[in-house]
Formats: sequence, structure tokens, C-alpha cells
Amino acid sequence: MKKKLGFYPGCSLEGTAKEYSESVVSLSEQFDIELKQIPDWNCCGATAAHNLNKTLSLVLPSRILAQAQKNEMKEIVVPCAACYNRLSVTQYELLKNDQLKATVEQAIDMPLNTSIRILNVIQFIQEYILPEIPEKLSHTFDKKVACYYGCLLVRPHNILKFDRPESPQFMDEIMQMLGAETIDWPFKTECCGAGLSVSRTELVGKLSGKIVREALDRKAEAIIVACPMCHANLDMRRPAIDQYLEMKTEIPVLYITQAIGMACGLNERQTGTRRHLVKVIGNYFTKTRIPVENNENNPITVEEII
Amino acid sequence: MHQIKTLSNRIRKNTGVDSIRCYQCGKCSAGCPLAGDMDFTPNTVMRMIQVEEKETDKKLLQSEAIWLCLSCEMCISRCPMEIDIPKVMDFLRQESLKEGLQNKSANHNIIPFHQSFLDMIRFTGRSYEIGLIADYKLRSKKILQDITLAPQMLMHGKLPIFPKAVKNRKNIKEIFKKTNML
Ligand code: SF4
Ligand code: SF4
Repeated sequence: MKKKLGFYPGCSLEGTAKEYSESVVSLSEQFDIELKQIPDWNCCGATAAHNLNKTLSLVLPSRILAQAQKNEMKEIVVPCAACYNRLSVTQYELLKNDQLKATVEQAIDMPLNTSIRILNVIQFIQEYILPEIPEKLSHTFDKKVACYYGCLLVRPHNILKFDRPESPQFMDEIMQMLGAETIDWPFKTECCGAGLSVSRTELVGKLSGKIVREALDRKAEAIIVACPMCHANLDMRRPAIDQYLEMKTEIPVLYITQAIGMACGLNERQTGTRRHLVKVIGNYFTKTRIPVENNENNPITVEEII
Repeated sequence: MHQIKTLSNRIRKNTGVDSIRCYQCGKCSAGCPLAGDMDFTPNTVMRMIQVEEKETDKKLLQSEAIWLCLSCEMCISRCPMEIDIPKVMDFLRQESLKEGLQNKSANHNIIPFHQSFLDMIRFTGRSYEIGLIADYKLRSKKILQDITLAPQMLMHGKLPIFPKAVKNRKNIKEIFKKTNML
């Protein structure tokens, strides 16, 4: 029987991180899981809200949780690390402060109980995908990779209680299951520059540049991420990175769900790798050896753009 | 006697963070990815709060550091006293806005971006990138920025042309009203 889970894509996954959404959804279908979007969901407010208005930064995520609750969802999958962070922190703050909870409920005009399980993408994979992996794996991911966790998945540790805050391992373990060799490196949880991407691009070039340089120095052939902001900064901001590093870098950045999807035989339309600005070209796999096709021979159609 | 509330006092009252507990070990700044670009490093920010002087308080609220802070939480995760610097930074930003002391440089880039972002949510319930970037360009007057990136993003299907909005727009409007964002 199909497993059903609540799903909060968040704004990035509808835009710049469309391929993340595609790979999460395709992977779930492959593993017989139905992801049901929270009806009429809103933006979590991301960095902007808690920078400018604390109450708003708690109220926006609360409306999302209340919508999920209204639709009887007990467990929601939140692939965006930023949304996962905001939702988890909000739930934590409301749990320990009844007065705050009342204020929030009044603002969203909906009741709220704070017992929804919020799963980040790694937890979702560990719980629902990993057990079936040995059966579904069709290719060996034959590369040396750098698993990059970023900040929002692991911090604040006292609230999220996920993996180890300084040298997390869960993504590494997943990649090793696929056959990849993971490097040990000190940049796993360094910040990529996140919210400054548009307003201070040169700083993002520097912070993300240091991450890319370290991965290259340690001979990684791909960087694996689980956050659309990390991906945007490491992939789309590559021109700023290259400018900071004074060299042209070509190391691709893959979402963990794309890596698993590829190893389970999903095509590049399903994993969305064609949408990357830094091309994903070359042999990633042994065993059956499917080369990832060059994008130019397989252009993105108008429907996919809109 | 008339008592003037220092910044340190207000921080304690509003965020629960007791700045005086910081003993200046510097671990926060050692881990902060932007310490080298800030006008005041995170441990200096803490020290400035501790001195409880009006002039220093003002200097801090005018600083660029409070806007550069990425909320990456590296500082608190390494602080031996578990001092929540990101929370303090959030509070300092909001105070800086309230008192109209925003840093001049941040007022041209970082702050307008956050404002554009929130406006987008206010009107559609979601953040929608084309609209966001257009709005930010107008506010920051950086019309040419990212001009080479946009067509590439469009071609890769990363910039949807039509926004998807929340249906219950009234609910979102109410939320902004009730949280004093109007
Ligand atoms: S790490 Fe903590 S105690 Fe040390 S200087 Fe920073 S805030 Fe103060
Ligand atoms: S949260 Fe801000 S102050 Fe703390 S380490 Fe990150 S950027 Fe630096």
C-alpha cells in the first residue's frame, strides 16, 4: 500500500530549486510514497522575517503548521533546510510558551497544536527510502564526493537535535551506501552566505568560494547538498565564486535526492539535473555505466520552463 | 530619578540573553564566517553591549555587522556560555530600524532586500523570485545587477513566469496587520 505523507515544498522548490522538488517527488514515486502538499501553504518568512520582525517570523510558520493540522497531517516532509529550520524553531518556541502560542493563534485565526512531526530530507530518506535501497539500487555511484550540510540542517542543535553539530555524518553514510567515497573535510557546516546572495553577492562568492576550493583541494568530484540555498549559492553563484577563486571551477553540485535517484535509475528529466547551471556531465556510475547526457542534446521544453 | 534603559537591559528583557555572562573568550569570532568583514566582530559586539554607555549603544545600532550576520548560528554552537548571539543580532536589527539608526551601506542593499522579500509575502503569501528581484532592483537602484543570470535561470526553468499565490489572501493580510507590519 502507498504510504502517504504531508509535504511542504516551500517557495524555493517552486522556483530556483525546481529540480530539488522534481527529484524529491520522483524519488518518492519510485519508492511508493505519496507526498501530499499542505493545502494553501504560505512562505515561512525565511531570514527576512526574523531579521525584521520577530513575531512575524513565528506567525508565518505557524500558519503552515495549522494548515497541515487542519488537513489531519501528522507528519510533514520539508526538503528545504531553511523552511525545516524555521518550522522546527517555531514549534519549539510555541511549545514552551503558552502566551506566545495564544498570540500566534489569534494572529493566524486558527487553533494550533504543536505535535506535528517535521522531517527534514535526510530524516525522510533514512526512514522511508533507505530500507528499500538495497532492492532498488541499480548503479554504483562511483565518485569521490564532499557532503556539505550547511548551517540550517544542524543548528541550533539543542532544538533540532539532528546529527552531530560539528562533523555530521548522516549524508556521508547515505552516499557511502550508494557506493561513493566521501571526503573528510572541515567545511561541512560552514555557512555559504545564505540570505546575502542577492544583496551582497561578492561576500557569497567568497564564503561559497572557500567551500568549493576546499572540496576541490581534497579531490572531490561532486558536492552533495540538502538545501536549496546552499545549492543556489554553490551552483548559480558560480560566476562570483570563480571570480573570487580567480579560476574556472567545474565541480557540479547535486542534491542528495538527485544522487539517490540517479543511482536508482531515474533519468535526468526525473532528477532535474539538466536545470543546473554547472553542468552535470560525465560517468558517475559503474556497473551499468549510464553516462549523464550532455544537456545541449536534450533541451528543456517550454512546458518545463513555465 | 529618571532611569535610562541601556541596550543591555532591553536585550535581557526582550530576548532573555544576559550579555554580562560573556567572558570574551573570542570563540564566537573565531568561528564566525564573516568576522573578517564586519566592522565589529561578534565578541566585540558583546563587549560593546556590556559597557552600557549611550554612545556605544548607538554605535552598535549603526553598525554594519548586525546586518551582515547570517544567522548561521556557528557562534552560539561554539560559545562555552551558550550566549545566543544570533538572537541578540535579530533584536539589534529591529531596534536599529525602530530608532532609524540603520547602517548607511546596509540601507542600500541588505535591508531593502529583506523588505522586498516581506512585501512579496504580504501581497501573495509566498516569495516569488521575478517579482522579488524586480522590487529589490527598484528599491536598491541596482538595475543592472544579475542581468546576465536572469536569462540563464529562465532557460533552465528556474524562474517561473507566473506567480502562485496563496488563496486565502485575506488571512495573510490580517497576519501582517496583527504583527504590525503595515
Ligand atoms: S564565545 Fe561566548 S563567551 Fe566567548 S566571547 Fe563569544 S559570546 Fe563571549
Ligand atoms: S550567527 Fe552571525 S555572528 Fe554568529 S557566527 Fe553566524 S554570522 Fe557570525
